[in-house]
Amino acid sequence: MLREMDKQKSSAEIKLIEWIEENGERIPIRHDGRRYDELRPISMKVGVLENADGSAFVEYGRTRVIAAVYGPKEAHPRHIALPDRAVIRCRYHMAPFSTTERKSPAPTRREIELSKVIREALESIIIVELYPRTLIDIYMEVLQSDGGTRTAAVTAASLALADAGIAMRDLVAGVAVGKVEGVLVLDVDEEEDMYGEADMPVAMAPSLHRIVLLQLNGVLSHEEFREALNLAKKGIEAIYKMQKEVLLSKYTEISKEEVE
Amino acid sequence: MSITPSPGTIIPKIKKYTIESLLKEGIRADGRKLNEIRRIKIIPNYIERAEGSSLVELGSTMVLVGVKTDIVPPFPDTPEEGVLVVHAEFVPLASSTFEPGPPDENALELARVIDRSLREVKVIPLDKLVLEPKKHVWRIFVDIYVLNHDGNLYDASMLATMAALMNTKLPKAVKDEDTDIFIIERNERTTPLDINYKVVTVTIAKINQTIIVDPNYEEEQLASARLVVAVDDQERIVGMQKIGMGYFTYDEVEKSIKLALEKSKVYLNELENSVRRESTKE
Repeated sequence: MLREMDKQKSSAEIKLIEWIEENGERIPIRHDGRRYDELRPISMKVGVLENADGSAFVEYGRTRVIAAVYGPKEAHPRHIALPDRAVIRCRYHMAPFSTTERKSPAPTRREIELSKVIREALESIIIVELYPRTLIDIYMEVLQSDGGTRTAAVTAASLALADAGIAMRDLVAGVAVGKVEGVLVLDVDEEEDMYGEADMPVAMAPSLHRIVLLQLNGVLSHEEFREALNLAKKGIEAIYKMQKEVLLSKYTEISKEEVE
Repeated sequence: MSITPSPGTIIPKIKKYTIESLLKEGIRADGRKLNEIRRIKIIPNYIERAEGSSLVELGSTMVLVGVKTDIVPPFPDTPEEGVLVVHAEFVPLASSTFEPGPPDENALELARVIDRSLREVKVIPLDKLVLEPKKHVWRIFVDIYVLNHDGNLYDASMLATMAALMNTKLPKAVKDEDTDIFIIERNERTTPLDINYKVVTVTIAKINQTIIVDPNYEEEQLASARLVVAVDDQERIVGMQKIGMGYFTYDEVEKSIKLALEKSKVYLNELENSVRRESTKE
């Protein structure tokens, strides 16, 4: 019997936090050398696929996600169309080679759930009323997974939507916050997710101050939750800035070409 | 693939306005206060054939949970742990919006949120469900059966799951030395399942800017988003899931969690009472 990719914590003795002395203060350093509030190296690119109406490639450390948007287009089959808005169809999927053990390409329960929560994160941000009776397809493929894949996928999907020229109220950026050996950490990787006490993926529309995706797997006190949400907000704002820069740079490059 | 659903039930505008304007005055269409949970009824041991079970009514929402067990080899990465499987079935007789067939994304999501809330905090000590390490462990199936849908399936399902697990008794298992197989004697249920913590979920719904607890079906239809908060008997947050196409602001999340932590006591009390009633009956 095959098991889903769900994390199963073992009581491993793996140490993921090292405490160091700095200016007379004890500071936690993570297993990959990051501070508690440090993101992994993030890179983004838009317009990476020729056929799609919009596309984006996002890297959070070793996590790599590619997203494509097709639409707004004629809704097929006809009966799925809604008279007053666009219908959004969303697929989060992991490539079979993206994980340590091969993942069957058939959609797992986890992927079905994540497709839903990602769609629901984007629903209130896309101005769907502008495209009645149409369909917008959003496809996200996790090419390599190292934790935080759903949040990287949301970030990529929102860039691809913007790249497709679909009207949105804001961009959406996501990041996962975790609790590892008692320390709240930003942008958890797979190791920290597996052996940590909590994993909380968050996505926000930063300019509108809206939380559009919020999940918690693990245990937090109320106070820790508040801190975790603040940490997520900090990370999301940094990612949001990058999103805007990458979109802007694409169009400034094009206009430069036109001038030449 | 997940697709924008077409509105399940159309709520007449006049009803929508009534509900919304009442909410502004702090009352709900069914007469409840904004922070009031509907009447709860827990009937433990509802299905004698099951190793554990309970029927829960939350207003007119009705959920039946049955626990069944068998013996399987453990997963290779957890050779010294039993197996827990949570499955939810939205049976078509429960609502005109439910269709027969394999669980849809809503049923899957519910099962997974409940599974995580149990797993993360180790409600059941899985390491105590080992008969023979690496070879034979207990597998616990929690099957959630929604019988009538009047909103807030999460809280009702979690209550029913918890109540069912609390009265689960594992049958006697005898090893056949020749074949190296454990034989389950289903008629002899001996060992009550260990429970570390009691967990409940509290569902908060947001209609316009108003935050309410335990939404009924109509309220869920009008709500732009819901927040399911899982809380254990140590007042810790052990899981969370935002559901629905809308969003929450920081203040709304903060308010929702406060409300959830406060209201979790109502559910936990009901669980306690149902156990106490059950034990005095015996």
